[in-house]
Order: sequence, then structure tokens, then C-alpha cells
Amino acid sequence: MSQDTFERGKVRIDEKTGVPTTGHEWDGIEELNTPLPRWWVWTFWITVVWGVVYCIVYPAWPTLSGGAQEGAGWSSRADLARQIDDLQATRAPILARLNAAPLTDIETNPELLAVARMVGSVAFANNCAGCHGAGGQGAKGYANLNDDDWIWGGKLADIKNTIEHGVRWEADKTTRNSAMPAFGRDGILTQQQISIVADHIRTYADLPNASEPTAEGQKLYDENCAACHGAEGKGNTELGAPNLVDAIWLYGSDKPTIVNRIVNGGGGVMPAWKDRLDDTTLKALTIYVHSLGGGQ
Amino acid sequence: MSQSTHHAPGGGLQKRIETNSILLVLAILILVSIGGVVEIVPLFYIKNTIERVEGVRPYSPLELAGYNIYVREGCYTCHSQMIRPLRDEVERYGHYSLAAESMYDHPFQWGSKRNGPDLARVGGKYSNDWQRDHLRSPRSMVPTSIMPGYPFLAETPLDGAHLAEQMRLLRVVGVPYADEQIENAAADLSAQGAPDDPGAAALRQRYPNVVINDLASKGGVTEEDALIAYLQHLGVSVNFKLYDDKANIR
Repeated sequence: MSQDTFERGKVRIDEKTGVPTTGHEWDGIEELNTPLPRWWVWTFWITVVWGVVYCIVYPAWPTLSGGAQEGAGWSSRADLARQIDDLQATRAPILARLNAAPLTDIETNPELLAVARMVGSVAFANNCAGCHGAGGQGAKGYANLNDDDWIWGGKLADIKNTIEHGVRWEADKTTRNSAMPAFGRDGILTQQQISIVADHIRTYADLPNASEPTAEGQKLYDENCAACHGAEGKGNTELGAPNLVDAIWLYGSDKPTIVNRIVNGGGGVMPAWKDRLDDTTLKALTIYVHSLGGGQ
Repeated sequence: MSQSTHHAPGGGLQKRIETNSILLVLAILILVSIGGVVEIVPLFYIKNTIERVEGVRPYSPLELAGYNIYVREGCYTCHSQMIRPLRDEVERYGHYSLAAESMYDHPFQWGSKRNGPDLARVGGKYSNDWQRDHLRSPRSMVPTSIMPGYPFLAETPLDGAHLAEQMRLLRVVGVPYADEQIENAAADLSAQGAPDDPGAAALRQRYPNVVINDLASKGGVTEEDALIAYLQHLGVSVNFKLYDDKANIR
């Protein structure tokens, strides 16, 4: 092919392939304008039509009167509502029995107990384990739920009340409430008196390195502590006053910790769960916590 | 592969557009704006774009300061604030997030990654003391946690000097702060830190459901206090016992 057979900007049919050129030419090099394969062109137009149909059925076609409502009417929120309804329908028969059974009868019924523990353990892991630990073992300042010591009572009704309304939870009007005075901070006792009464309290539980009981310590205890923690130091679950004669200590049993508690007073806070969890879950949680080992 | 052997040489409209750059730019603009119109215009009509709900209010000054710290520390890189309408998320975290719940966040903190749990409804789930212990040393509360500790927040006094300015700025972009709220920003900031503060009643009136912390004995408001006040407010504004799901399906 000689140079003069090409004309710049002229489309011609390539002899070897029978395909038209684009008409572009660079130093004798031309570009074939190979048409798109038919299958590709058809797929392209089918996807365009599919897109339009999908928008209408989904529905996502914008209209002047608002979002499209026609078509399949699918929405993620409606779909979720359906799923939850299905789920509740599946669970309803057994949960209805759990709901109907009096709180005290559930633990004697193996089937209901199993259901309550199952529902309860899931709710516990989600909502309670953050403070009370995955196994209910507690942490410093957060009660162990496996032992026999109960600050606000270990009977089923007590546990349910504590879960529902929380402890010192301001937003709940019937929350468990009591405030140990800040004996040191508010100047009710002197630093020396606090030291004496702390030493005295440590003799009750026969703690390691406890000193001997003292008359002055006993007097200070009777005047300041006995009203809530009891004359013998056994505590009072009505007031959330912990037992001081056993080996279980919420914040620790060493002297600096006890002095710190007496100086600053107050107590732990637990959220109220009544508005966050449904009644069945609250009931199941009560059974679960009660059955961890320490329930009374 | 079947190829069409007969072919009309590239001419007509396509050729004219492809060989004229102004025409090409115009055609692209028209095409792109169709995409924009189709995606954006329906949002003005669809009910769940922003649901009408009771109870969502702008952040109090202390909560706003906490929000700033949340953004500054990049909490959103590991925590989402977006409970999606999926069964497993709703069962774990509670009601799915509504757009209305974050309508006063600029920028919103929905996040896209969950190295830690979603925080959209963390408000009221833990006590202030727990949040304190956990922020200082996460593993003291949750042994398996991989969250870094933020003990320095407790030692950093809160700088609230610019909160009133920030509130004024937020008002420009649509957060309905009243003049009264902006004027009293400093007073409200200190009132939220102490239940005995004489300004507490006014604070409660300006910001319903505000959680007032007992920080009086702890020597001034710290960044930790602000962050906790913010966290305790997350997801508690809408009462879902009264909220009508079905009304906002679409």
C-alpha cells in the first residue's frame, strides 16, 4: 500500500478484515472501528430496561407526590418488622408460659427453668456482664452474684426489684436508694476516729492482721454504723448496708480501703432496666441471677 | 464471538459529541445531574429521611464538649453509632437508630467500623463510675477488651471557653439553640457537674433529661466528665414505648 491510497479523515473498509476504519491515520497506522459484539449490545440494553423496572418495583422511582409506594413496596424497616413478628410468634408459646408462671414456681419446673436460664444468660451477657463479669463474678465495686452475700437481698422478688429499678439510679423514682454518709469528707468523724472504727470493724470478720476489738471502736460503731449495718455488723438488705462480718468485701477488706469507704461514703450505682428490657427478659434475668449459686 | 460485519461508520450525534469538547462536557453534566436528582429529590419526600419524633434536643454544653472529645480522640474509628434495621442488631442493641436521633450532630458519628460495640444506645447502660473505671483502664472492667485506656482525660481540665461560639456556629447549620442557651453556656457547663449547683434547675429546664453528675468532690470538670456526660446521653432521647414504628416505615 502506498502512502497516497490513504486520505486523512476518510473512512474506508479495511481489505483484510472487512471492518471500517475510524478515519484516523498516524504515519500510515490506522484504527479499526470494530463494532461491539451483538451479545454485548443486547446485554447492555437489557440491563438498562432491568434498571428501570427494578426502580419501579423496588420501589425507588421518584414521583412528585413523594417516594414511590407502588411495586413490591419493600423497605428494610418493614422487612425487619416482619422478621421480628415471625420471631415473636415462634417464641410466643413458651414465653407465654414463662410469663404466666409465678416467679417462685419457675425453678421447680425443669422446662421453664431451662428456657428462663437460656433467655437470661443471653440478656446477662449483653447487659450485665460489663459490670458483674461474664460469669457474674463481679469486680471491685461491682457485686459478685455467685456468692451468698446480697447487698439488696437475694430472694427472687428482691433480685427482680433491683434489676428493674437499679440502685441509686436517679432517673428511676423507685430505685434502691441509700447513701452512706461521707464521715470523713463531711467532718462527722475525725481522721483518728475513722482509723479506730476501721480497725474495730476489721475484727468482726476476723480479717488477717486485724487488731483486737476496742471499747472506743465499739462505741464509735454503735453511734455511727450500727443503725444501718446492724448491732452485730450483719448488714441490712432493706438499706443496702453490706454485711461486715463475713469474708466478702465489695471494695476490699484492707484497712486503707475501709478507711476510704468511711471517709467518702456513698455507694455503687446500677442502672434501672425496666425501660430497656421487656418483662419476660426481666423475669428470665431474675431467674438466671438467682440460679447462679447464691439465690435465697 | 459474533460480530456485526455490516456497520454504519461512526457519524451523526455520537461523532459530533465526541469531537466537540464543550458539547461533551455539557452532555456529561446533564447525565450526572440526572443521577443526582434521582438520588436526592426523593429524600425530601420520604418520611424516614428525618422522622418526626419527640424528645431530641441539642446537646447541653457539657455534652457538646464531650462530643468534641469523642471526635478528637477518634472514637468513631472503632465504635459505630448506627444500629441498622437488622434482626441481630436490634436484638442486641435495641431499637434501630433513627435519622432524627443524630440530626443535631455536625458531623454525625455513625461510623463504619466496629472494633468495639455500637454506642448508639449506650446512654444509661452503665453507671458513671463504670464509665470512669472503663475509660481509665478498659481491661479492669472487660478482661477481653482491646480498647486503649484514656487515663489522661481524667487529668485534663475541660476547656469550655469556645462552647458558646460553637453553639452559635451550630445554629447557623440548623441546630435550634435558643439565645438563652447560648448566653448561659458557661453556667450550664458548671451546673451539669454538680447536683447542688444553684443553676441545676435552670439547666434541667433548658435541657430536659439532662444527667447531672456529682463531680463536686472531684476538683473541677475534666474532659472525662464531659465525655461521660455525652455517652450517657446517647440514644436516650426518644421514648420507643411511645414511638410509632409503622408511621415511619417509608
